[in-house]
Amino acid sequence: MQQEHCVIIGGSHAAAQVVSSLRLNKWEGKITIVSADAFLPYHRPPLSKSYLSGEKNLEEILIRPPTFFERSEVEVILGTRVTAIDRAAKKVHLDNQTDLPYTKLVITTGAKVRKINIPGHNLPGVFYLRDLNDVDHIREFLGHAKDAVIIGGGYIGLEAASALRSLDMNVTVLEALPRVLQRVTAPEVSAFYTRVHGEEGVRILCNASVQSIDGKYKVESVTCADGQVIKADLIIVGVGVIPDVELAEQAGLKVDNGLVVDEFARTSDPDILAAGDCTFHYNPIYDRHLRLESVQNATDQSRVAANTICGKLEPYRALPWFWSDQYDLKLQIAGLSQGFDQVVLRGSTETGRSFAAFYYKEGRLIAVDAINRPREFMACKKALAEQKTANPELVADESVDIQDAFQP
Amino acid sequence: MATVTFIDPAGTAHEVNIENGTSLMQAALDNGIDGIVAECGGACSCATCHCYIDSAWVAKVTPPSSIEKDMLECVIDPQDNSRLSCQVFVSDELDGLVVTIPQAQY
Repeated sequence: MQQEHCVIIGGSHAAAQVVSSLRLNKWEGKITIVSADAFLPYHRPPLSKSYLSGEKNLEEILIRPPTFFERSEVEVILGTRVTAIDRAAKKVHLDNQTDLPYTKLVITTGAKVRKINIPGHNLPGVFYLRDLNDVDHIREFLGHAKDAVIIGGGYIGLEAASALRSLDMNVTVLEALPRVLQRVTAPEVSAFYTRVHGEEGVRILCNASVQSIDGKYKVESVTCADGQVIKADLIIVGVGVIPDVELAEQAGLKVDNGLVVDEFARTSDPDILAAGDCTFHYNPIYDRHLRLESVQNATDQSRVAANTICGKLEPYRALPWFWSDQYDLKLQIAGLSQGFDQVVLRGSTETGRSFAAFYYKEGRLIAVDAINRPREFMACKKALAEQKTANPELVADESVDIQDAFQP
Repeated sequence: MATVTFIDPAGTAHEVNIENGTSLMQAALDNGIDGIVAECGGACSCATCHCYIDSAWVAKVTPPSSIEKDMLECVIDPQDNSRLSCQVFVSDELDGLVVTIPQAQY
């Protein structure tokens, strides 16, 4: 009888969780992770925060230590890419000219950064921020730089701005849309972040699309579409990611806005599963298909994948949630706010640094952005998962305990 | 360095040696101890690393921040000796500590 062998393509959050969950379930098959990274799986969120600022080192951000993989009898092949999936023969080809047979394959390839293609984009001093190598290169460069320009006012851009301010750099954020975090938050929240970044010394320019990056031997400035020239000796680009589905597509697996998986993390091939940033999956709470870029989705979906491998079919129905740390602001988001038609504020966005924005659609609560409001976050996370809503008047009234605002 | 005993949700005791400066959460994950979920990896953002510190030790661990206290209010079955294990760091003084892991994190 052939021994079971689970091969995992990719070595980040999802891969680490698949391994943990398989062994916690007492799955005894062989497990191999094939990762293009040179390091064991590490936490990604610190890359734009405490690892960028130098507060943490690699050892401190590993998801599990080397001993964990040894004890769990998991082989981790680093610095190696899978070049093709041979579904008929049930094996993967590696770029070191070897093959790995599998009985179950889990694709956790994540996402790749969206790149900009403007003049000067290849000049020394221009960096993306996705993996550890990226941040190590940025950190090496920091010693010679004083004026940082961050292209992109999303979470990566704003978190990086906060980390670079803690290193006393001059920081300008250039956002092409009319406000920062436009894709993911209400105008009041964008305005709040712009205010706080301003208080911390970061210049945020919106409606600022970058036309070119200028410099002779390295970055010296950027030119915006409106002609403005901004001095820069370091540029970090954070303009989004796209799911890494190349291998899956080549193998003929169903792909849409990501690698399509069912509620049990199965792709269109019964022996191939997927989890994390690369997937496109149905969420029953929001009744639509999603591609999520979050640690929560990577870990929750990986648990489902591991359960499926172990023969335990438990459908994926977790509430999406997210967090972002910038300065002394802890943002915790419960749910997805896209499509909101009403925002109710609890607390003020115009002064201080503590409030929560409740998002409604057709009269029902769909999400909450909580800034330094862990109680509101935790209460909403639970309520949203139970598909409850919250009375907007009670929500807005701080004299009412948030727990008393919810209703079916 | 401290020897800490984790009592997992099944009631099994696991004795673990932990380097100073490591969080109880990380030590539980590193040693494959069941019951600590730790979704946010120690960022004090998810409250799924909830644990109970043996009452003899509660005063010996550094007290929780206000954010941790707010998060703790919302864990399943909060008690006076509840802590988020990602916020409790090991030191020599905690040698012999006993930590109980709750039945569920969410």
